[in-house]
Amino acid sequence: MQNITRADVEDFLFAEAELLDEWRLPEWLELFTDDAIYYVPSTDVPADSSPDKNLFYVADDRFRLSERVKRLMKRTAHAEFPHSRTRHLVSNVRIRSCSDSEMEVAAAFITYRTKDGVTDTYFGSNRYRLVAENGRLRIREKRCLLDSEGLRTQGRVSIIL
Amino acid sequence: MNAFQRMNTALMVDETKQIFKVSRQAFVDPDILEAERTRIFDKCWLYLGHASELPKPGDFVTRQVAGRNILFARDAKGILRAMFNTCPHRGAQVCREKHGNAKSFQCFYHGWVFGLDGALRSQPGEASYAPDFKERSTSNMQQVPRFETYRDFCFVCFDRNAETLDSYLGPVKEYLDIIGDQAAASMTIVGGTQEYSMRANWKLLTENSIDGYHALTTHATYFDYLKATNGGLVPVPLEGAARDLGKGHAVLEYKAPWGRPVAQWIPMWGDEGKREIDRLYQGLVTRFGEERAKRIALFNRNLFVFPNLVVNDIMAVTIRTYYPYAPDFMTVSAWALAPKEETDWARKYRLFNFLEFLGPGGFATPDDVEALEQCQRGFRNSTEAQWNDISKGMGKETPAYDDELQMRAFWSNWNKHVFAASA
Repeated sequence: MQNITRADVEDFLFAEAELLDEWRLPEWLELFTDDAIYYVPSTDVPADSSPDKNLFYVADDRFRLSERVKRLMKRTAHAEFPHSRTRHLVSNVRIRSCSDSEMEVAAAFITYRTKDGVTDTYFGSNRYRLVAENGRLRIREKRCLLDSEGLRTQGRVSIIL
Repeated sequence: MNAFQRMNTALMVDETKQIFKVSRQAFVDPDILEAERTRIFDKCWLYLGHASELPKPGDFVTRQVAGRNILFARDAKGILRAMFNTCPHRGAQVCREKHGNAKSFQCFYHGWVFGLDGALRSQPGEASYAPDFKERSTSNMQQVPRFETYRDFCFVCFDRNAETLDSYLGPVKEYLDIIGDQAAASMTIVGGTQEYSMRANWKLLTENSIDGYHALTTHATYFDYLKATNGGLVPVPLEGAARDLGKGHAVLEYKAPWGRPVAQWIPMWGDEGKREIDRLYQGLVTRFGEERAKRIALFNRNLFVFPNLVVNDIMAVTIRTYYPYAPDFMTVSAWALAPKEETDWARKYRLFNFLEFLGPGGFATPDDVEALEQCQRGFRNSTEAQWNDISKGMGKETPAYDDELQMRAFWSNWNKHVFAASA
């Protein structure tokens, strides 16, 4: 993966943000490998904690992630019906390491969510493990580290961060 | 005279007609919140934390309980302490970290140093103070008036004259025992705290936490998910009973089709899971006999301890407590509780279970948050649309887990507290 530039990674992450903001979640899911994981740890455990031993906010394997997407696309996902409006901003993108098979990427994020006249702000750092499959970047791990002290005042992670 | 002073009850009750209604003013009126602060939160036993959070001398956590800042610490002798986190000198918060381990606590403002038990050890310029200054109890960090524990559940009470915790809990203890007995040694809080908030009245979360009636509608997508897991459910019907435990406490006890790491197996857990669950179950039978083992392993419990503690012994064990900041805003803290000695397998699936249903990122809690916030929005009409109805199951000899006996237990006791002075 040595020939992949930061600009390539940025394009990929910006495209991911766009899919999320447009609620094209089934397409967003396709960005993930079959063995992918999506984690949002609680804010009082170390960044590299395992969800097998610590209580997280979100710890999805690929199956649960696909079920999360299915759920969020239903009218009966009451927390997100009607869908909230979101804007995912991605910045400070850095390639932290890169081997032949995988690269580690860090990016700062701010995500705004508006629903029923209330706007919530989520912010922090996303740590990605990216791989190349058939010439396309794919996400093997997305670990979303919230900078806020807990989830107050947001109350829920009913969107994908 | 404010609206609250003109009221002497928030309830409309008629047993013969099976009417039990709650005034929506109770969810929106700032004077009601003020009465709750002084008549409930200043008087009742309130959950502070779990002893397992502080395994070693010097371990501490700082926590907010009913608006107070509490320093919860294990002192050098291993004794648990609950102290007001404020310097006796000029008031600054002494400990400013969320958790950690300390040899002493130092107030950064003027440098006073306190022992783990809160006793003043030294202060700059000691010579300028009265000779017996350090011997005065008023020089120490102040202990919370009452601090007692039951099976590692640690509670505080700000009313010096309150009944003992043991007496306050009463029949609740039986259920805390069942939960505690899941561990051969002891139960422990798993690392990681879920902290979140809801733009809703705190009593809505009380109701929701013991509401068996909303599951199939509010949590439709969760049941869809379980069906999709291909083996995530076993053919056990959702059925059981609700019990009024007195003093506003209540419990639902019921069977359910989901897996319980102690100890109901589901096919999704495979052979490894089957061996593990069989072993856990045999352990329970050995320790307690068949009958109690069955009750511990195969029944779920949603336990509510008045006014704001919920211990859910369901697909995982959760501890949840919450406080009002305003009539329409509360903060929530939640933890996972587990047998300390459980295997990596059981811990992993316990947490997997917890997250698929519970918490602000789960497949259920966000919809509860939405429901509660939508109720609070509905209460904007409370000048005209005045009443909530919680009469479901009234008159039944044994109300079902999805009836509303448990809400009536809460509200009757709430009403008694809040309107005590005017009764």
